[in-house]
Amino acid sequence: MNQFDLMRTPVETAAMNTPLLDVRGLSIALPPGADRPLAVDNLTFTLNPNEILCVVGESGSGKSMTAHAMMGLLPAPHVRVSGGSLLFKGKDVLAMPEAEQRSLRGGRIAMVFQEPMTALNPLMRVGRQIGESLREHTDLPAPARRARVVELLAQVGLPNPAELAEAYPFRLSGGQRQRVMIAMALACQPDILIADEPTTALDVTTQKQILDLIRSIQAERHMGMMFITHDFGVVAEIAHRVAVMRHGKLVEYGAASDVLNRPQHPYTRQLIASVPHYIEHRDDHAKTGAPLLVADKVRKVFNVGGGLFKKSKQVVAGDDLSLTIHPGETVGLVGESGSGKSTLGRSIVGLIKPDSGRILFEGTDLLALDRKGFRPYRRAVQMVFQDPYASLNPRHRVGDIVAQGPVAFGEDRNRALARARELLAMVGLDGSAADRFPHEFSGGQRQRIGIARALAMEPKLLVADEPVSALDVSVQGQVLELLDDIRRRLNLAMLFITHDLRVAAQVCDTIAVMRRGKIVEMGTAREVFTHPRDAYTRSLLEAIPGKAWHIPEDLQARAGAH
Amino acid sequence: MMNSDFWRAFARNKGAVLGLVILIAIVVLAAFASVFFPGDPWEMATAPFQPPLSEDALLGSDMLGRDIASGIAHGARVSLLIGLTSTAAALAIGVTLGALAGFHGGKVDDAIMRFTELFQTIPNFVLAVVLVAIFTPSLTTIVLAIAIVSWPPLARLARAEFLSLRTREFVQAAITTGQSNTTIILRQILPNSLSPIIVSASLMVATAILLESSLSFLGLGDPNAMSWGYMIGAARTVIRQAWWMSVFPGLAIVLTVLALNLVGEGLNDALNPKLARSRG
Repeated sequence: MNQFDLMRTPVETAAMNTPLLDVRGLSIALPPGADRPLAVDNLTFTLNPNEILCVVGESGSGKSMTAHAMMGLLPAPHVRVSGGSLLFKGKDVLAMPEAEQRSLRGGRIAMVFQEPMTALNPLMRVGRQIGESLREHTDLPAPARRARVVELLAQVGLPNPAELAEAYPFRLSGGQRQRVMIAMALACQPDILIADEPTTALDVTTQKQILDLIRSIQAERHMGMMFITHDFGVVAEIAHRVAVMRHGKLVEYGAASDVLNRPQHPYTRQLIASVPHYIEHRDDHAKTGAPLLVADKVRKVFNVGGGLFKKSKQVVAGDDLSLTIHPGETVGLVGESGSGKSTLGRSIVGLIKPDSGRILFEGTDLLALDRKGFRPYRRAVQMVFQDPYASLNPRHRVGDIVAQGPVAFGEDRNRALARARELLAMVGLDGSAADRFPHEFSGGQRQRIGIARALAMEPKLLVADEPVSALDVSVQGQVLELLDDIRRRLNLAMLFITHDLRVAAQVCDTIAVMRRGKIVEMGTAREVFTHPRDAYTRSLLEAIPGKAWHIPEDLQARAGAH
Repeated sequence: MMNSDFWRAFARNKGAVLGLVILIAIVVLAAFASVFFPGDPWEMATAPFQPPLSEDALLGSDMLGRDIASGIAHGARVSLLIGLTSTAAALAIGVTLGALAGFHGGKVDDAIMRFTELFQTIPNFVLAVVLVAIFTPSLTTIVLAIAIVSWPPLARLARAEFLSLRTREFVQAAITTGQSNTTIILRQILPNSLSPIIVSASLMVATAILLESSLSFLGLGDPNAMSWGYMIGAARTVIRQAWWMSVFPGLAIVLTVLALNLVGEGLNDALNPKLARSRG
């Protein structure tokens, strides 16, 4: 029994009286022509008071649909509940008259959304937005409402709540907005709080703060909470019970410690196995020969705004960035959003011109070259992009997309197309893929096409900018494996840019941690992960969700595979 | 596959289908004008001031005895010809400038957009009148004048599309795989920016026809080509005695412009399927 089991015991043994929410045989029908007839198929689970139930699943598993059905947010008439019941304290919500349902929603059942950037009305002061639901659901007079709003903002840990209530949403950071969303949900002291991926859009350190907040608020108010997520790390952090969904069906349901440590269903086991994690026995990379790429004191400042009579604001995206990559080495560049990690990656592939510093590729300073002189080096440094939906031209056939680069360098078109087919096979797509259009492929497959396109140039260095962050966890694992396999087979060096320290720890030999345009720490993955020197690195490691939980040994990635 | 989808989306808009039918009828009328109405529309065909449904003139005759129906059929040629060619010329100027401005950004963008604004600050019609008056009216000068006054909105549209597409990852991928600027503009960005450009071009044909009619109405049309605007302009002095002389050419203009607008809207629905669906 590990530490994690001990942590959960008191809550699980607490007496469970009548369930707060009882979902029985819920089915939600999709319009004809959708990829499956039912978005949610015969779903049954309960939510008890004073309990956090995590609903886990990948995109399209129906987890958000379930929450939306409860909140009456299904896009009627196309998507509707076709069977089953939703009992709130024993009363069927779906059978209630519309007015009663409305008073339940926002009053007794509240919801926090994923995107704090779009969930708030940009033209309404924060305080008024929170006051809105108080006005709707209570008969408090206006001054009492205002006092309550300030009190709520203080409860969710926002500084200067009175002042903040008068602010517009654009003044707040992502984390602060999510706190405002939580305050709004708490306004009427709901019995049930539904949170739909509330931390997915946030940086890892902010995520930790929000998770801590959610957990303490839930415990304080003894609310029942339905927490929707795709991340088993987050599950390990806060769940009392777990429901795993796949293609609209519940595949596993049980106490958190059971599901996390002794998963039964093959799908749950697969999901847990794909949670990125540091692999203990990975050997340090043996640095041999001259470095392939040296970035030396690279600096880039962006001018933001400004005009004819207004001075523009300067934003330092990268300052004094130095980095060395050896042949065959994978260097991870880790940092939160806005840390300047993409700026460095884009400078290396030549999409951004830094203001000063040198980028030496096999001894030649790329920044000193003119357009023509740089051209031969284009081939040697290739990039894999973040968004598989935006990185392929929707109007070109996949074979063309892969072959375009070599053709631009004077390769015969037919030969380039034949080579494209070979590469597509190499990244695990079948030969007919070359004749199809990007929209016929899934996100993971598109990312494979993006990798094939980069490989077609026969590069020596691959810059991968968040290549898996737009993908589902299980697909993420496959793409990471492919990248790892390819770099070993072709002895490629790779600069792997990511916000997720766990992903970096799994695939990188060396890790550089960036913060606010500076590299604060660089060392082998082992050093950085086990003995971080910098305080910021430590706080990043500290913030990894579910660090107290260890993936069951039989599901860990085999060190031998790396 | 793409085509059948396109037609289904287009056909869902009933107005667009109606517009297309009218438009085809007008094109047929223009193409076979000399079959339906042999002889010169400028020639006297019957007695002057014949009302509609009279013996020799279905839609009546004007004050010089010319057949109104024949004038409308031959005028359709001029209207369509000028509408299409001037739009094509405006497209060539506007899309080229807009693409360059949007793709290169910075100083190039500033220079091109200031140049565009220069044209936008002068009222369209006034500029067209001045241009035609300076270069003596002929089909070519009218087409050029209309093109010169109507390219700025197309340039702005193309620029906006290019600005947003330029930062897309597939364009950046094209840069990192060493494709030339020309290839990127023509093969990567342009095909993806065509939908809104096609839609506004189809509406621009209608505007061009209106402009041409207005010029002819003022007597600035090609003196050798029968046109709807000229017919209305010539008949305006006798509108109280002979309404048919201006009403039928007027109807022809209204129908053509309406049909083009309907088709443009249908194209918009078909090419931007997300917007069309929300309409139901």
